[in-house]
Amino acid sequence: MTLKTFRTVLFTALFFAISLVGYASEDKESSDEKEFDPKEMILHHVKDGHSFHLWDWNGHAVSIPLPIILWTDNGLTTFSSGKFHHDDSGKVVVEDNGGKFVKFHEKIYQLEEGATSVVFDDEHHPINAAKPLNISITRNVFMMWISVAVLLLIFLTTARSYKNSKDGVPTGIAGFMEPLILFVRDEIGIPMIGEHKYKKYMPYLLTIFFFIWINNIFGLIPILNGANLSGNIAFTFTLAMFTFIITTISGNKNYWKHIFWMPGVPVPMKIFLMPIEIIGMFVKPISLMIRLFANITAGHVIILALMSLIFVFKSVAIAPVSVAFSLFITVIEIIVTAIQAYIFTILSALYFGMATEEEHH
Amino acid sequence: MDLITPGFGLVFWTAITFLILLVILRKFAWKPILGAVSEREEGIKSALASAEDARKEMQNLTADNERILKEARTEREIMMKEAREIKEAMITEAKDEAKSEATKIMAQAQAAIQSEKQAAIAEIKTQVAELSVGIAEKVVRKELANDKDQSQLIEQLLKEVTIS
Repeated sequence: MTLKTFRTVLFTALFFAISLVGYASEDKESSDEKEFDPKEMILHHVKDGHSFHLWDWNGHAVSIPLPIILWTDNGLTTFSSGKFHHDDSGKVVVEDNGGKFVKFHEKIYQLEEGATSVVFDDEHHPINAAKPLNISITRNVFMMWISVAVLLLIFLTTARSYKNSKDGVPTGIAGFMEPLILFVRDEIGIPMIGEHKYKKYMPYLLTIFFFIWINNIFGLIPILNGANLSGNIAFTFTLAMFTFIITTISGNKNYWKHIFWMPGVPVPMKIFLMPIEIIGMFVKPISLMIRLFANITAGHVIILALMSLIFVFKSVAIAPVSVAFSLFITVIEIIVTAIQAYIFTILSALYFGMATEEEHH
Repeated sequence: MDLITPGFGLVFWTAITFLILLVILRKFAWKPILGAVSEREEGIKSALASAEDARKEMQNLTADNERILKEARTEREIMMKEAREIKEAMITEAKDEAKSEATKIMAQAQAAIQSEKQAAIAEIKTQVAELSVGIAEKVVRKELANDKDQSQLIEQLLKEVTIS
C-alpha cells in the first residue's frame, strides 16, 4: 500500500469520525432512564475497555468490537468482544477453546470447571472465576496503533520530503515538523545530556515526545471517547520503565559512585545518603509515571465531571455553565498535552544526562 | 484501585508497539531528518567560513597590491636617483678629462715651441757661421798679400768669433 492510498484511507476515516461527533454529544441526554452515576460514567470513560464504544442508538450501543486475546490453560484463546453483546455485568457467558468467559467491569474472567454463571461476594468480587492472562486489543491498544499509524504517516512523509529536496530545505509538512524536532534537539537533548552524548538518545527522546503528545491529543478528541491512553497507568508505567532501563544501562562509573558512595561528603553522610540515592533511582521513573498519568486523567475527569453536572442537576439550564467551563478546561488541556509530553521528555533527558555525566571535580 | 494498577495487556502492547515505533522511526525518520538538518547546518557553517576566508583573501590581495605598488614607487625613485648620479658623474668625468687633455696639449705645444726655437737658434747659428766664414773668406782673399796683417786679422777675427 503506497503512502498516498494510506493517507486517503486515514483522511476518510477521520472525516467519518468528525461527522459523528454530533451524535456522540447527543447520546448522553437520552440515557437518563436509570439513576445517573457520574462516578461510574467517568471511570468507565477514563479506564480501558474491550470495545470501542461510539454512541447509543435507540437504546442500543453502537460500538466497534475488538478482539479479546487470552492466555488460558488451553493455550491462546481469541474471540471477538462482540460476543458479550455489550454486557459488562458478567451475565453473558462466552464459551471458547474449552473455557467459559464472562466480562465484568471491563475485566475478563474465566469460570472455574463446572460453573455455569459467575457468583459474586459482598464486595462484588467474583468467587468462582479467575482472571486469565489478558492481552486483548483493548480500545487503548487500538488507539495506540492508530496513533502509531498517524506518527508514521507524518514522519515518514517528513523524512521523504528531506530526501526529495536536494539542498535540505524543508518543504510541506517538514517545514512544520522541523521546528518541533529541532526544539526537542536544541531545548531538550543538547542542554540536558550535553553536546557530545545527546545524539545517541535523540531517537528515543523524539519518539517518546511525539508518541506521548499525539496520544494526549487523541485523548481530547470527543468521538474517541475513552481513548485515554496516556492517562492509563499501564502506558505511563511502560514508558517510564523504558526511561529507567536506558538510564540504568547508560549509567557510568561517576553515576553509580554518586548513588552508592557520594563523593565530597564525610563518611557518615555517605552511608546516610546511600539508601536515599537508591530510593531516588526508583522514585525518578515512578514520578514520571504518576505525573503523566495523573495530569491526563485529571483533565479527563474534570471535563467529564463538568459535563455530568447537566445530568446530576437534571437541567438543561446548567448546560451553558458546563459547556463554558469544560471548553475552558479543554483549552487548558490542549496546552497540557504538549507540556506533559515536554516534561516527560525533558526529565527523561535529564536522567540520561545525569547517568552519563563525567566527573568534574 | 483499577485505575492505578497497570494492566498487563496494555503494558505488553505498549512495550511492543513503542519498541517497533522507535526502531522504525529511528531508521526511516529520525536518522534522515536529523542527518539532513545537520548536513544543512554544516553547509551553512562551511559557507560562512568560506565567505570569511574569501574576505580575508581579498584583504590580503589588496594589501599585496598596495605593497607592490609602494615597492615599485620606491624602486623608481631609486632608479631615478641613480640615473641622476650617473649623469652627474659622467659630466664631471668628461670635464676632468677635457681639462687634462687640454693641459697635455698645451704642454706638448710648449715643448714643440721650445724645440722649434732651439732648432731655429741652431739654424741661425749655422747661418751666422756660414756668413762669417764667407765674409772671412772675402776678407782673407783681399788681405792675403800682407802676411803680417793676415795673421793679425785672423787672430783678431778668431777672438771676435769666440765672444759670440
